[in-house]
Amino acid sequence: MESAKPVLEVKNLTVALPVGGDRRHAVEGVSLTVNTGEIVCIVGESGSGKSVTAFSVMGLLPKVLKPSAGQILLEGENVLEASPQRLRDLRGTRMAMIFQEPMTALNPVLTIGDQIDEVLRIHTDLGAAERRTRVLGIMEAMRLPDPERIYASYPHQLSGGQRQRIMIAAALVLDPALLIADEPTTALDVTTQAQILKLIKELQSRRGTGVLFITHDFGVVAEIADRVVVMEGGHVVEEGPAEEVLTRPKHAYTRMLIGAVPSLKPKGRPEPTGPVALEGIGLGKTYGERRFFSRPRIVKAAAAVNLKVRRGETLGIVGESGSGKTTVARCIARLIEPTEGAILVSNADIAKLRERQLRPYRRRIQVVFQDPYRSLNPRRTVGASIVEGPMNYGLPAADATARAREIMKLVGLQPDALSRYPHQFSGGQRQRIAIARALAMEPDVLIADEAVSALDVSVQKQVLDLLDDVQKRFQLAILFITHDLRVAAQICDRIMVMEKGVVVEEGRTSEVFASPSHPYTRALLDAAPGRDFAFAA
Amino acid sequence: MLGYILRRLLATIPVLLIVAVLVFLMLRLTPGDPAAVIAGDNATSEQIAMIRSRLGLDQPILTQFLIWSGNLLSGNFGESFFFKKTVAELIVGRLEPTVSLALTTIVIAVLVAVPLGVLAAYKHGTWIDRVVMGFSVLGFSVPVFVIGYALIYVFAITLNWLPIQGYQSISGGFRGFLQRLILPSLTLSVIYIALIARMTRASVLEVLGEDYIRTARAKGQVERKILFRHALKNAAVPIVTVIGIGVALLIGGVVVTESVFSIPGLGRLTVDAVLARDYPTIQAVILLFSVVYIAINLCVDLAYTLFDPRIRY
Repeated sequence: MESAKPVLEVKNLTVALPVGGDRRHAVEGVSLTVNTGEIVCIVGESGSGKSVTAFSVMGLLPKVLKPSAGQILLEGENVLEASPQRLRDLRGTRMAMIFQEPMTALNPVLTIGDQIDEVLRIHTDLGAAERRTRVLGIMEAMRLPDPERIYASYPHQLSGGQRQRIMIAAALVLDPALLIADEPTTALDVTTQAQILKLIKELQSRRGTGVLFITHDFGVVAEIADRVVVMEGGHVVEEGPAEEVLTRPKHAYTRMLIGAVPSLKPKGRPEPTGPVALEGIGLGKTYGERRFFSRPRIVKAAAAVNLKVRRGETLGIVGESGSGKTTVARCIARLIEPTEGAILVSNADIAKLRERQLRPYRRRIQVVFQDPYRSLNPRRTVGASIVEGPMNYGLPAADATARAREIMKLVGLQPDALSRYPHQFSGGQRQRIAIARALAMEPDVLIADEAVSALDVSVQKQVLDLLDDVQKRFQLAILFITHDLRVAAQICDRIMVMEKGVVVEEGRTSEVFASPSHPYTRALLDAAPGRDFAFAA
Repeated sequence: MLGYILRRLLATIPVLLIVAVLVFLMLRLTPGDPAAVIAGDNATSEQIAMIRSRLGLDQPILTQFLIWSGNLLSGNFGESFFFKKTVAELIVGRLEPTVSLALTTIVIAVLVAVPLGVLAAYKHGTWIDRVVMGFSVLGFSVPVFVIGYALIYVFAITLNWLPIQGYQSISGGFRGFLQRLILPSLTLSVIYIALIARMTRASVLEVLGEDYIRTARAKGQVERKILFRHALKNAAVPIVTVIGIGVALLIGGVVVTESVFSIPGLGRLTVDAVLARDYPTIQAVILLFSVVYIAINLCVDLAYTLFDPRIRY
C-alpha cells in the first residue's frame, strides 16, 4: 500500500459540540488516511464520533456541529474551506456516501431510476437516452435482477438488500474516488449483509475506490477491512492494519470491544429440567385481505409452529426478516391473535381467549422489545411505567413502588431513578428499565424480541448477562427472538430456525451450530460476518 | 382504482338520500309559511289557502316528499315558489359567480401559501419563519369582514384601483370580471393562506428531517430542488387534505361573503330563498352542496395517489 496515493486525509479534525453537551468536542484531533483501493474501517460504539467524522468529510454535519480545527483533504483539496457550491460539485462526483437505513434513505415518492438518474442530471450534461443507458448499466453492475423493471419501480416495491444496491449504484455511478459507507449493512439480514459486503469489496477493488467504512461490528471489520481506526469518545485510540488490530489489539478499549463480541461457539449450558412453562402447538397466523373485485390475497406469516419452553430454559427463534419469528412471539404474547393452533400456559389454552378471559394470563407472559428508545412512554416517569402493570392487577400503589425499587436494584439501576424520564437514560439503561418493567409483573415467560439488537456490543454483553442472571433467579422461561447467531449461541439452550413462516430446524444450540442439517441454517451460519475469525469466547 | 371510484360513487347514494329526507323534514318543521310570504301582508286566509293548494302544501308531508323525490329522479328540481322560474334555471344562473369566487380564492391561497410554508420550513427558526407564522396567526384571528373593508378602503376608495363591490359576468369582458373578483377573493383567501401555510410548514419541516433529504444533499443536489422535488411531494398528503377541507369550508362560507360583496351567487340565492321560505330552491341548493362536498372528498382521496405511489385503492 506504500505506493498508493491518499484519496482522503483527515488531519487533526476537531468538531465542537454545542455548549451544554456532555463533552466539549464531538471529535477531537482525529487524523486518518484512506488510500486508493483501500477499505478503512472506523469502529466504535455509539457516541464515539465515527459518524461525525464521516459527515464532516461530506459537509453534511447538522448545523449545530461546526468543525473548529484541522483539515480534510479530498485528493489534496481541503473540503472544510470549500464553498457550498464547490462542495455540491464534489458530492456525487469525487466523494459519495451510502447510509445505514436503505429503507428510509431513498425518496419513497420518486422512482428508482429517477433517483439514480438525478446524480447524472446534477453533475453531467448527458442527454436523456445516454443517462438511461448509464443508469441501467450501473444497475446491472450491482447485479440487480431485471434493471428495466426496477428502473420504473418505487422504493417500497424492493427489498432492503435491493435498496442498498440502489444506494450504492447512485453513489458509484460517477466513479467517485472516495466512498463513505455509514453502517451500510447494519439494518440488513445476515445473508443480504454478506452479499452487500462482497459487492462493495469487488466494486472498490475493480474501480480503485477508496472506502471509508463505518461500523460497530467487528465481524464486519474482520470481513472487509484493510485497515482499522478505533474511536472512543471522539478520539482515535488505535489504528493499524486490520489483521494486527484484530489479533493483537494494543489499546484496552479495543481489547474490551473485541472481547465483547459474542462467540459463534455455543456456551455449554446445563440441560434444563424445569416444568414446561409454555407450549405452542400448531401455531399459525394467516393474514388475509378480502377484496370486492379481485381474489383475496393471503399471506401465511407463520404456519404449524410447535414449541415448548421449560422454566429456566431459553429457546431462541432465529431467522431473517419475514421469517415469521416476530409473528410467533406476538401470537404467544397474544398481541395478535393466532389464526390456528393452541398456546398452553399453566394448562390453559389462551390462543382463542377473549380479552377479558385472557387478562389473568397476560401477567404471566411479558415482552421486552427491540427499540428501548420507543418502547417506553416518553411523557411518563420510569416509575410510572413500571408500577402500572402490577397496579392493573390490583397491587396497592405503595407495594408496587416498593417492588419497583427492588427490581431497579436487581437490574443494576438506582431505585431513585424511578422518578426520572426515559430520555434521561442511555439505550442500555433503557433496556434494563424495559426488563425491570417486565419483571415487575412476576411473569413465568419472558419474550425478548430482538431485545439486544439495537445495543452496542459492550452494552449488549451486560444486558445478556442481566437476562441470564434474572433467568436463574426467577426460573424464567425465555423466548429469545433474534437474527444474530452470535447472540443466540451465547444465550440459548435450544434454537429454532425459521424461514418463510415455517420452522426448518430445531435442536440444542450446540448441536445445531456444530452440525446444521438444513441448508438454510448452513447459509445463515456461512453468512455470519467474521465467522472465520476467532473472537475471544 | 376504477372499482374504488365506483364504490365511492355508490356510497354517495345513501348519503344523498339521508340529506334529502333531513332537509325536507327540517324545512317543514320550522315555523313560517311560504304561502303567507308570497301572499303578502294584506292577504285573506282564503287567498293564502288557495296559494297553499296551488303549491301542493296542503297535501300530507309524505305525499309531498314522494312527489318531490319522484320529480328529482327524473331530473326535475321543481319550480321556485317565489322567483317564478324553475329551480334548475335559478341555480344555473347563480352558479358562475360562486364557482369563480371559490376557484380564484383557492388558487390564490395555494399559490401564496405553499411557497410561504416551504420557505418558513426551510428557514425554520429564523425571522423569516417567525414573520410567516405571525402573518398566519393574524390571518386566523382577524375577522373576514374587517379584512374585506380594509382592502376596500385601501384599494377601492383610497387608491381607486378597483371597484368597491358587485359582479360582472365573464361574458361581459374578462378584465371587468377579474377586477371585481380580486378583492373578494383576496379577502376570502387570507384565512386559507394562513391555514395552508401552517400545514405546509409543519409537513415540510417533518419531511426535511428524513434520511432521503440527506441522501439528496449527498448527491450534490441544490437546496431549491431538494425542497420542491424531494420534500414537497412527500409532504403533499396533509397539505392536499387541508386544501380539500378549505374548498369545502369555502363553499359553505359563500353565503356570508356574497352578501358582504353583493355578489349574485348561490350564497345570496340561499339567503333569499330561506327568507322567502322557498322550499324547492333551498332543498336543491343543499343537495347540490352535498354533492360538491362528496366530490371534493373523492378528489382529495384520488389526489393522494398522484403524490404517493404507496397509496393504492
